[in-house]
Amino acid sequence: MRAAAVAFAMLTAGPAAAQSGPADGQKLAFDRGKGNCLTCHEITGGDLPGTIGPKLENIKSKYPDRGDLVAILTDETRRNPQTVMPPFGRNRILTEQEINAIVDFLQTL
Amino acid sequence: MRACALFSSVLTALGFAVFVATALPPARAADAPDPAADAKAFRDYFVKKFPKVKLDDFVNGPYSMNEDMRKQWEEKEQFPPYEFALEAGKEMFATPFKNGKSYADCFANGGIGVRQNYPMFDEKEGKVVTLELALNRCREANGEKPYSYVKDEMASLTAYMAFTSRGKPFDIKIPADPRALEAYQEGKRYFYTRRGQLNFSCATCHVQSPGERIRAETLAPALGILNAMPIYRSEWSGMGTISRRFTTCNSQIRGVPLEPQSDEYRNLEYYLSYVSNGLPISGPGARP
Ligand code: HEC
Ligand code: HEC
Repeated sequence: MRAAAVAFAMLTAGPAAAQSGPADGQKLAFDRGKGNCLTCHEITGGDLPGTIGPKLENIKSKYPDRGDLVAILTDETRRNPQTVMPPFGRNRILTEQEINAIVDFLQTL
Repeated sequence: MRACALFSSVLTALGFAVFVATALPPARAADAPDPAADAKAFRDYFVKKFPKVKLDDFVNGPYSMNEDMRKQWEEKEQFPPYEFALEAGKEMFATPFKNGKSYADCFANGGIGVRQNYPMFDEKEGKVVTLELALNRCREANGEKPYSYVKDEMASLTAYMAFTSRGKPFDIKIPADPRALEAYQEGKRYFYTRRGQLNFSCATCHVQSPGERIRAETLAPALGILNAMPIYRSEWSGMGTISRRFTTCNSQIRGVPLEPQSDEYRNLEYYLSYVSNGLPISGPGARP
């Protein structure tokens, strides 16, 4: 588990990562030690989703500006102070690069 | 999307008073703490949010949240997995210590049917005393070693004591001692304070999101959340006490759990039990 996380970090840090944003992003989103987004969101392709957040779908039409998605992942409490969603960027659960990879993935949904 | 509506209703129903209270330093708080009003608002919030759930049913935790879960619970109760611990606890409770005394000597009414009165505020010590703490103090006062707070013997003993109180409503008192009110307020503050890397408070999961699934687990409502303790959990393949549940929930949020029976946890248990006053003890319980 830890080793995998470290491997991810190395992968995403490398130049190859930039080319496969969506695939890396999906891994990061599903990884329990990283995004663990399935805890709260149903996402096509992921198992055992929770129901706390909305299903993540039609993201590109809902959020055409990727900056909005980066903001939601970085710190959703700025948009909604009461939100349950963790501030992934602010609390350094995910790096900027990791957030960007996940946003690439979200835009494919 | 229901999540958003849910948050605003939490804010108006509960959060407002709560967040005002936590944002102000105690000295400046305009309105004096009012536990009775808190308990009423707390109960009303859950009753309104889950109009189909009968008040006494909230004590069944996740099983109260929908019909399918309820059926699971009813099936479980036919061969309750806590039976073994309950039997063991009964025997332990009846067995005298080496000095000839027993647990019965440490409690009102010989310890039978008293679970609903714990935690108690001890005016001599000036602190909250939980049942788990009282049991270990009883052992130590009689020359016995204390038990681990999280499982095994402690869970067996509390299972038996809860069983003798089944159906009795929680009856937690806040005596007219400023320290008791302070302990209650501290517990409440702990419950609503976000912490850990994931920025969750206890309320995030058990007030904002009960009935929702976090991965495969259905979240229990905070109303009546301690009435079924201790519980058997398949995931633990064994019993766990209140201490175990508190530390587990703290670890889940990538936070550092406190020591079992630290002042914070004692106050937290005091708050959570008080706001469930009137709901019946249902422990020991079984969970998925
Ligand atoms: C603990 C729960 C939780 C986790 C974990 C979580 N979210 Fe959320 N998320 C929510 C909730 C609840 C909302 C609803 C909006 C709000 O609360 O402000 C939300 C909203 C969103 C939205 C906006 C959706 C819309 O339709 O408007 C996106 C995008 C999103 N989350 C992405 C993610 C991603 C990607 C991850 C993982 C890296 C993640 N979330 C992890 C709870 C969570
Ligand atoms: C990230 C979500 C989350 C947070 C935050 C959280 N819990 Fe829990 N809690 C759970 C889950 C999941 C369970 C197991 C399912 C259930 O019974 O609710 C649980 C169960 C419980 C139970 C047993 C309920 C029952 O009927 O079996 C208690 C008591 C409890 N939590 C108290 C707390 C307290 C006190 C805090 C804060 C210190 C807290 N929880 C914070 C997720 C959480």
